[in-house]
Amino acid sequence: MNTDGAAWEQRSVARVVSPVQPRKLASVPFVELADGRLQGVVSSGSDIARVYVSSITAGTHAFNCSTNNNRPCGGLRGSPCKHLHDLAGAAVLQYGLDQVARYLHVEVGDGADLMSCLNGRHEPTPGAMVFSRFLRHLSYLELPDTTEPIAEMHWFPAMGAVR
Amino acid sequence: MLGVQLAELLDGVPPGVGEALDLVTGFDDALVHGFARLSEERATALTSLAGALSATPLGGRVGEAAGKLAAGSVAEEHLTALAGGRAALFGAVHDALLARLDTALGRVRASWEEPPATPALAADNLLSGCRSWLGELAITGWRGVDHDLVSASSQTIEALLPEPGLRRLAVLLDGLAAELRASCPVGTVERLPARRWADLWTRALLLSQAGGLPSASGAAGVVSGRLLILGVDVHEHGTAVQMQVHGILEPADGTPSRLVRTSVAAAKVDTIVGPALWRLLEGYPALLGALAGHRCLDVTDLPLLGSGDLVWHDDRARMGEPVDPFATARLQLAGALAPAVPPLDRHPVRIAEPVLVEGYRAAADGTLDLGGSTLAVDVDRLPACGPLTPKLVASSSACIGLVRWDGGRWLLQPLAVQTTVKRQTVEVHTGDWALGPTDPKVVKAEARAGDAVAVLRERAGRLLRR
Repeated sequence: MNTDGAAWEQRSVARVVSPVQPRKLASVPFVELADGRLQGVVSSGSDIARVYVSSITAGTHAFNCSTNNNRPCGGLRGSPCKHLHDLAGAAVLQYGLDQVARYLHVEVGDGADLMSCLNGRHEPTPGAMVFSRFLRHLSYLELPDTTEPIAEMHWFPAMGAVR
Repeated sequence: MLGVQLAELLDGVPPGVGEALDLVTGFDDALVHGFARLSEERATALTSLAGALSATPLGGRVGEAAGKLAAGSVAEEHLTALAGGRAALFGAVHDALLARLDTALGRVRASWEEPPATPALAADNLLSGCRSWLGELAITGWRGVDHDLVSASSQTIEALLPEPGLRRLAVLLDGLAAELRASCPVGTVERLPARRWADLWTRALLLSQAGGLPSASGAAGVVSGRLLILGVDVHEHGTAVQMQVHGILEPADGTPSRLVRTSVAAAKVDTIVGPALWRLLEGYPALLGALAGHRCLDVTDLPLLGSGDLVWHDDRARMGEPVDPFATARLQLAGALAPAVPPLDRHPVRIAEPVLVEGYRAAADGTLDLGGSTLAVDVDRLPACGPLTPKLVASSSACIGLVRWDGGRWLLQPLAVQTTVKRQTVEVHTGDWALGPTDPKVVKAEARAGDAVAVLRERAGRLLRR
């Protein structure tokens, strides 16, 4: 037993998911790596009442951005719009560049920007699925609290005070 | 904890612990590669694990399971038997470690009394869904896990979450699934948390047995008295947070003081982090107020479980006078009766014994030198929702912490420290921001980010509008 402890592999408590960095949720309220896509919900920069569904497909890097009733985003002119850039930025903050790049199957060189390494085309995809996944995500906030001890949470200590 | 007590704690490993952990490591390695095609070496590891249990009531079943798996047949009952065997080994390790700690500290612990049986929850479909996913994982092995296999758990977890009686299992599976998802495709990941994932898998498989998850409510007596807070231990993953308060209960009936824990937990989303966590628990103003204000709590008729857990009801508690947690620790900790550990919860990860440490020299490498013995500080375990930082620990002169054990060594998880800032002695506790941050910089950052829950709901509302 040295002071560095046993191998990381033999620890019950180990950091596997890096902690999410705090970010402003108003511009990108939801981002996830799911269904073979980096996808999420992005707020309009000009109209507070409007939100977009934006996505980038893993592998092909096909991208799409549309309103919730599937009207394409006006900013899509053969290349990703501002919302897609916002989405990618939020994803990198939330998951780290490595995980996002691995999911999308893209090589991002040192210091390079994720979006500049993608070379997909615009391909319309239905946004309804992403909306319903966002609502499902929010359903966590509707679950009742509990005061019965959850002993299993000892495997999940809050780690993160790196200030 | 005194220097001599620490020296006694660190004096060698209790007999048998190393051997038991070696057997577990063999099992965990088999789970990395999957039970579908066990190599001869890994089959031998399972047989050795079964051999260690042969004299126990589990012996027959685990032995049969190891034999079947080695022969290439994988059935649910065999996986369950092996999970039981692995859990039993950790139970023994837990008991040896906790006995060592209690002896070193001179801590007296109550013995476990089996509560009256409560009717098992009727959730057979949900539980069998969990078991079959866990079975798939075991057959495939961590190395074979891909996005499809992880996603296969989503529906089951979604159905478990709203069931209060199944929350423990749901929270556990959700945490495991998130880690697997973040590591996909697992085959290409350099190093795997083999012990950790096998722990979570084992625990989940046991909890998803019919009747494997006893309901806590109903199986308890009630207590009244004064609750003196020692500190709060924060547990968190992407979709759950639990604040576990450690304290000393002075029962109103004049019986001796006892060490207790009380917990409040909420579901969350992964983007809610840091001091914003406390806002999810605003429904517990007395508890949060007492944490932030360093006050005691007068409680009436709170259920007390055999595990030493008070089941919190905020409406049965009143905030009392200010009580310094360091004074509580100095005066009361040595004499308080420690609670028993429920049989199923016996795993070293649950060892979290409050202690007061003072008169040490804190070194820059994150260790404390106490009377010539060195205790490692688990600085990773300082939560971002409170003001306690590694720097404050390194400059501290006294510390209330939890003694933990992981990766083959004892660790101290700080809950509070006394330190000197500008020649003034100050105290910093993990729960100081329970009613909101007190550091102006953090207040500003929080104000800029806004109320995360409100922002998310407002944005979702825009989706539904048209």
